[in-house]
Amino acid sequence: MNLNGILQIILYFFVILLLIKPIGLYMTRVFNKEKTFFDPILCPIEKLVYKLSGVNSKEEQNWLEYAKSLILFNLIGVVVLYSILRFQNILPFNPTKSDSISPDLAFNIAASFTSNTNWQSYVPEGTISYFTEMLGLTVQNFLSAATGIAMAIAFIRALAREQSNTIGNFWIDLVRSTLWVLLPLSFIFSMIFVFEGIPQNLKPYVHARTIEGKIQILPQGPIASRESIKAIGTNGGGILNANSAHPYENPSPLTNFLQLIAIFLIGAALTNTFGRMVKDERQGWVLFTAMGILFLFGVFASYYFESLGNPLLKDFAKINMEGKEVRFGILGSVLYAIVTTAASCGAVNSMHSSFLPISGMMPLINIMLGEIIIGGVGVGLSGMFLFAIIAVFIAGLMVGRTPEYLGKKIETKEIKMSVLAVLILPLCVHCFSAFACTTPWGVRGPLNMGPHGFSEIIYAFSSASGNNGSAFAGLNANSFFYNLTTGLAMLIGRFLIIVPTLAIAGSLVRKKLVPPSSGTLPTTGLTFVFYLILVIITVGGLVYFPALSLGPIVEHFLMISGKVF
Amino acid sequence: MFNQLKTAVSMTLILTLITGFIYPMLVTVLAQTFFPSQASGSLIIKNKNISGSKLIGQNFTSDKYFHSRPSESNYDGTKSGGSNLGPTSKKLIDKIISTAKGLEKENPNISPPADLITASGSGLDPHISIAGAEFQIPRVAIARGISEGALHKLVVEHIEKRQFGILGELRVNVLTLNLALDNFYSK
Amino acid sequence: MATKKRQSILSLEIIKQATIDSLIKLNPVTLFRNPVMFVVEVVAILTTIFFILNLCGITKENLFFVFQIAAWLWVTVIFGNFSEAMAEGRGKAQANSLRQTKLETKAKLLKDINDKEYKLIPGTELKKGDIVLAETGSVIPGDGEIVEGVALIDESAITGESAAVLKQSGSDKSSVIAGTKVISDWIKIKITSNPGESFLDQMIALVEGAKRQKTPNEIALCILLVGMTIVFLIATATIEMFALYAGTHIPVTILIALLVTLIPTTIGGLLSAIGIAGIDRLVQHNVLAMSGSAVEAAGDVDTLLLDKTGTITFGNRMADEFIPLSGVNELELADAAQLSSLSDETPEGRSIVKFAKDKYQLRERNLSQLNAEFIPFTAQTRMSGVNFENSEIRKGSTDAILDYIKRKNNDKSIQVPQELTQVIERISTSGGTPLVVARNDKLLGVIHLKDIVKGGMRERFEELRKMGIRTIMITGDNPLTARAISKEAGLDDFLAEAKPQDKLELIRKEQTKGKLLAMTGDGTNDAPALAQADVGVAMSSGTQAAKEAANMIDLDSNPTKLIEIVGIGKQLLITRGALTTFSIANDVAKYFAIIPAMFYITYPELGALNVMKLATPHSAILSAVIFNALIILLLLPLALKGVVFKPLGAAAILRKNLLIYGLGGIVVPFIGIKVIDILVNFLHLV
Repeated sequence: MNLNGILQIILYFFVILLLIKPIGLYMTRVFNKEKTFFDPILCPIEKLVYKLSGVNSKEEQNWLEYAKSLILFNLIGVVVLYSILRFQNILPFNPTKSDSISPDLAFNIAASFTSNTNWQSYVPEGTISYFTEMLGLTVQNFLSAATGIAMAIAFIRALAREQSNTIGNFWIDLVRSTLWVLLPLSFIFSMIFVFEGIPQNLKPYVHARTIEGKIQILPQGPIASRESIKAIGTNGGGILNANSAHPYENPSPLTNFLQLIAIFLIGAALTNTFGRMVKDERQGWVLFTAMGILFLFGVFASYYFESLGNPLLKDFAKINMEGKEVRFGILGSVLYAIVTTAASCGAVNSMHSSFLPISGMMPLINIMLGEIIIGGVGVGLSGMFLFAIIAVFIAGLMVGRTPEYLGKKIETKEIKMSVLAVLILPLCVHCFSAFACTTPWGVRGPLNMGPHGFSEIIYAFSSASGNNGSAFAGLNANSFFYNLTTGLAMLIGRFLIIVPTLAIAGSLVRKKLVPPSSGTLPTTGLTFVFYLILVIITVGGLVYFPALSLGPIVEHFLMISGKVF
Repeated sequence: MFNQLKTAVSMTLILTLITGFIYPMLVTVLAQTFFPSQASGSLIIKNKNISGSKLIGQNFTSDKYFHSRPSESNYDGTKSGGSNLGPTSKKLIDKIISTAKGLEKENPNISPPADLITASGSGLDPHISIAGAEFQIPRVAIARGISEGALHKLVVEHIEKRQFGILGELRVNVLTLNLALDNFYSK
Repeated sequence: MATKKRQSILSLEIIKQATIDSLIKLNPVTLFRNPVMFVVEVVAILTTIFFILNLCGITKENLFFVFQIAAWLWVTVIFGNFSEAMAEGRGKAQANSLRQTKLETKAKLLKDINDKEYKLIPGTELKKGDIVLAETGSVIPGDGEIVEGVALIDESAITGESAAVLKQSGSDKSSVIAGTKVISDWIKIKITSNPGESFLDQMIALVEGAKRQKTPNEIALCILLVGMTIVFLIATATIEMFALYAGTHIPVTILIALLVTLIPTTIGGLLSAIGIAGIDRLVQHNVLAMSGSAVEAAGDVDTLLLDKTGTITFGNRMADEFIPLSGVNELELADAAQLSSLSDETPEGRSIVKFAKDKYQLRERNLSQLNAEFIPFTAQTRMSGVNFENSEIRKGSTDAILDYIKRKNNDKSIQVPQELTQVIERISTSGGTPLVVARNDKLLGVIHLKDIVKGGMRERFEELRKMGIRTIMITGDNPLTARAISKEAGLDDFLAEAKPQDKLELIRKEQTKGKLLAMTGDGTNDAPALAQADVGVAMSSGTQAAKEAANMIDLDSNPTKLIEIVGIGKQLLITRGALTTFSIANDVAKYFAIIPAMFYITYPELGALNVMKLATPHSAILSAVIFNALIILLLLPLALKGVVFKPLGAAAILRKNLLIYGLGGIVVPFIGIKVIDILVNFLHLV
């Protein structure tokens, strides 16, 4: 650890803090249909979209209709993307002559991009055509992010409204988050990215003759336009195999910093949007504080352990640069790893698999906790709501009242659905990993021997179920077994959580608001923040302890005692 | 239900058109207009030949050049990626130790810095650390028959600073350094 | 919190019965109601089977170790059952003492109200609608309503109140409770509940775990616990497969040990006991609840509707000040006031005598000795007084006394003096009642009669305010008086000139604002409001209609009890929350005990996690299991007594409880497991 590293962490956190309020306010206005700067351009487009698709912009939906629209829309997304992948060889914009994708991989990619996971078991260079890149992957990067934001907004409405039946209109929330939030931000970031050196063209790959006279093929394509939405929509899928470690995806420390900002931007600002919509900004800040504490803990723990260097190499390499880029260094890599896993992004600028065990475990823990530390756009906040509901339930009892959150009574139904949604992740991670550990197809996957191989498996299913997309990438995941299992895990981890979450929203929105008194559990103070963190760790995290013990934890002690595999 | 389906399908099509075609095309046109070099991959054109991209590292084997970091893909532009070997991997430990031992012969006075013995994440890392460049000065000096002092000066000129004085790490772009080397000193 | 019938937690009789019950409760069919404990029982059976297999030499594990684990798992289940049985036992003992009389009662059943002959049947066989006769000396066989007759009834068996109550048909005091005794005269009673449906029966059902309906809040908590149990079940089951990948195998006994220590057995074992104990605490305060959720709702209440009379004030206006007019001596006025009231048996009159005595040292005198004649209050004269041989004293309302003065002076033009008007106005504004005193033809002054607020009320309302509970006073008084009293007693709001329907209106209005309300009532016209209120407490002395509409009945008929009821509700919820937090926080230490032991053979390096420095892998696992079982028993007294509840703001309570039960929950097991480990090794159990 050094001073410059710590300063970069502080600078990063500070910039995020500065952006929360303006972006939060902007999104509040967007979803309350108030006037915004972009209205003159976007309102006519919005009207046209509704007209063409037959949406009545005055109509609202109850939770079930909302969920149905969301699922149907995403289902079509899966089908369309799957078809594009299968037929990209005969579709236009294919200067790299990419071939049709095999059915199992196409399913995996389709599940991966519609679920906002962007897990990649393939090498994109030469595999993905520019058509697929733009009309398949870029589109889903937008739409899966917009779906997440829509869900969060619907949930916030449920908390803000009183004795209503409807939680908004999915189509309107979808279109507004795409047009007002994601597109303008992506556009701005894209242009800065191009300026900093990220390519944006439709040209075929360049054949260069190197100084020493060898041929080096340089991939091209519409990279910048997806690089921005990849980060802003917490998608994370690399346009190129090395993802944001690739110099074309992340050429400079500035692009690195901007990507980090972009990854947290919407998720962090949504806490403020939430606060504003429930007319108490402190409620948003409380959630952000809990997130912030967990985030900073992860960053410093990871930075500390990674800075120690590998004791097995203590006579050779002082720092662990394996899998890292010189321009980012230890801190730039560690910070990216924590941010990307806290936020369900999954983009990587270094190889997590080559991190030291404990610093490599921190990203894994971030994913396992359900990516509620900022989290994926929308889903992170609603995941945090679920924990808040459980925390309020127990803490509420402790102050001697049946629990309520923001004046809404928390009853059997909310607890049932929250528990379901919170437990799906650990169930998925454990069951799929256990399956992989006991079948020959699964055991064949890991590259590394010993506990690290186990870490690869558990990371893979955590990442897939948690819709993160990053990996301990030694795992050979492009096999029928892993394509199928991770694909299923991604869909379960996405939609089996979204539906109960919306069901809670549907139940909450109907409730009366109980006015707060000094006997009401305050959900604004630091005490509640710490209680929330305690619940996140005990209810959401402790269950992984045995699995982590067999992976990174034991690897750490083995490494110290000088064992290799 | 049918209406829902119709809405869902037309919504998918319209939003695909906006985000998957209009948006990337607009960015492409503007990028090519205002930042044509960057938008095309920051290519280095030398005598009408493309000799690479200043962002993408190349493999240098000759003693006359500064060498890039070890690469898992040997600087193949289509196979970016790292080793993904974990910290307790025997393969990794052996590889790093043997690389380090190999380099020690080159410059017995100092031990090679970490970046020179470990593979990057992208396999295309265009940079090495300042220590990594300094470490190679004696070898290049002998191969080129020029003074270490002159080389040191050249390296210092090519140090890329932290952006805004804080972001990133100090580093040297191997390709531009080697190009400068070729320009200033005869081959 | 004062309790009347507090019994020792460790009554030998109850413990004996609870021990037997806890074995009977091992029946999986009934235990299924408690999913966490059910899981423990299932794995206890499994471990026992493994032990037998080991015994037969079919599998080869450390025999004594497996035996001990199996034994402690059974102990865990039994401790859980025992907790429930203890709570039940205490509740039942409470209820039984109430029920005793009823069982032995014979009822004199009449065919109809005019029947002259009765048939003797056991009181337990009475059905709703039956008419029974109760005569002097007999015990009333069932809850009911008097349809004919008047009787003096001794309710001390139920309420502990020794003064007998006069009850008669058609009045507000027409309902009778089973177990009370007729002291004089006779009554015919229409029975209002079927066998097993009386208040007492419902109460008994509430404290019997097997029949008890879980409250919605308990169900929600149960779901959370089941969810955690499932996920830990999967997590432990998959360890075996993960271990397989690592090339090792974990004995099932150890996996089971991990599972049982991780699932929330502490709260699972105590949950039902906490609920029962809460109701039991109510009974100790002589309150019967109709359902468990009513008790919880009491914890939620944010507005209390309190009747002024009897709750906030003593209900009678009392003399507070003598204000002489100019030219009149204060002592003179006091003397006249006292004299005029000596034979006045109204509470006001008595208070005047007492006040004069206390403040002016005027001894009570005997009217007959003074040769005086008492003039009682009548509706016509609207004044009372006393006639001596040569003088008269009168006290009464301003108008009445003015008329009296006019008559005495034979002058109809006499006006109320300016001075008097001012005094009267001052008294009225402050909420008091002025009583003007005159001797012969002369106005002496005014007695200030005041509604006296009960001592300590102000402090109690202050406590309630800290807990976030608003208090509203209901009174028939005019707004002026109401405001004055509510200000003096420190209430938040008042409803003046309240008619029964105004009360209902107010409740509805507050409820639409999302408030939960509690109120007490006794009259039939209170019934709609009692039914509408979230917590309606009927006075045991009240009418049948009121009792049916309410969800709690106060046997002491003490309206201030409402405040205690709220406290009991809160205490119940706090205990539940605190023990849940404690239970969940426990897991941290258990991991540190079991995980290193579990993988000891494959990865001895994980021994670094053995921060408690437990002696051997087996002792570590055994210690964790033993701690897990013992903690249920150790926390049982807390579950039964309830977490100490102080009226503080929610933020302060949370901070305090989080520190004790959250932090404590993390730290305590580290110490506990270490201590047990030392003992286990000292006794060479592994």
